[in-house]
Amino acid sequence: MCLGVPGKVISIDDSGPLLMGKCDFGGVRREVCLAYTPDAKIGEYVIVHVGFAISKVDESEALRVFSYLDEIRSLK
Amino acid sequence: MKFLAEYRDPAVAEKYFAAIRDTVTKPWTIMEVCGGQTNTIVRYGIDEQLPKEITLVHGPGCPICVTPVEMIDRALIIAERSEVIFCSFGDMIRVPGSRADLQRVKAEGGDVRVVYSPLDAVRIARENPSKEVVFFAVGFETTAPANAMALLAAKNEGLSNFSMIVSHVLVPPMLEVVCNAKDNRVAAFLAAGHVCTVEGVREYRPIAEKHRVPIVATGFEPMDILQGVLMAVRQLEEGRAEVEIQYGRSVREDGNELAREIVSKVFTRTKRKWRGIGTVGSSGLELREEFASFDASRKFDLADFEVEENENCLSGRILIGELKPTDCPAFGVSCTPETPLGATMVSAEGACAAYYRYRSANSSFEIRNS
Repeated sequence: MCLGVPGKVISIDDSGPLLMGKCDFGGVRREVCLAYTPDAKIGEYVIVHVGFAISKVDESEALRVFSYLDEIRSLK
Repeated sequence: MKFLAEYRDPAVAEKYFAAIRDTVTKPWTIMEVCGGQTNTIVRYGIDEQLPKEITLVHGPGCPICVTPVEMIDRALIIAERSEVIFCSFGDMIRVPGSRADLQRVKAEGGDVRVVYSPLDAVRIARENPSKEVVFFAVGFETTAPANAMALLAAKNEGLSNFSMIVSHVLVPPMLEVVCNAKDNRVAAFLAAGHVCTVEGVREYRPIAEKHRVPIVATGFEPMDILQGVLMAVRQLEEGRAEVEIQYGRSVREDGNELAREIVSKVFTRTKRKWRGIGTVGSSGLELREEFASFDASRKFDLADFEVEENENCLSGRILIGELKPTDCPAFGVSCTPETPLGATMVSAEGACAAYYRYRSANSSFEIRNS
């Protein structure tokens, strides 16, 4: 439905009417519109859907799925 | 690929399966809303490895599946016009209208082009000033910001040869339909992670409260699905009905505020017909009046074009979790990916296509030959 793929920002271009950039998806490089994630910096990851970054990946949250089980076990 | 591969680790998955087994004591039916989640569940066989108390039913979260036949037929009529270049996402190309699909129109000479982004369609309009370029703007809340920004770009550039057929649908009103359905058995929802990335989760809180149903904004990888199921089951077993965020690496409470702002600048909410389900109040988006010149349905005089749907396609009941694809008599017989009766069999994220692709290979069900 709304396929979104994490890509690493490798360049940013603010010369045109829309904030654009290039992202690397495991070796595949594509142009992406960064207008909805204006604070994304080179080296950071964004979730890209139909050529638009819709969020910046929160790297600390990204690890929580691996620590969640220990968290709930400690509650018991 | 980073932020994908780590979430497919079987060793971590086994820990989640064990935690779910330890937590569940009663039977629960959980609906995953998004077709992308359905695809992951069926592809990795997650539903078959969960404890038998847990039933996963597939929700209406496939924009292709819910696009009404008349919207497809409008697209076909426009795409057949000689002065038109018709642009669409790839997965809409083979969705059946009442008599053909875009692929057939292309084969018969229509200029139908698959695009990855709506900005590609704007570029095609810029490069072909003598042509009418029409983009098929289908999708949920996730896709609306992209289409809104593309439209603003076209307007700022004065591209009067660009227009859109808008077929946008929204998730929350559809969750209400599922909750209010007569013999609804859905006890919890795994909400669509990328819809919530844009919209946030605020709009789901009154639904969770009113219908006493836990809602967990969940991602799309196996680990995301498993953690989402565990979070939902823990709530159900403890009698809680709250909104939780599993897919925290992308979803925040208020979503992407800039994206929501641009969407509300270009679109307004409206009632929308969902294929196989019928018309649902304020469950869609349409262009605001100031963008009327970009509305292809009006530009080509098709605004009130209506069509009846194929009765022996049960996709409507499958989309709200009432039936499974294998309950449909046409499944695998008169309805296959080559000869689809409905969109849920064509769309890569449709439940019927997922069952046909991943389930028909093994013996858990056999294809009935007519």
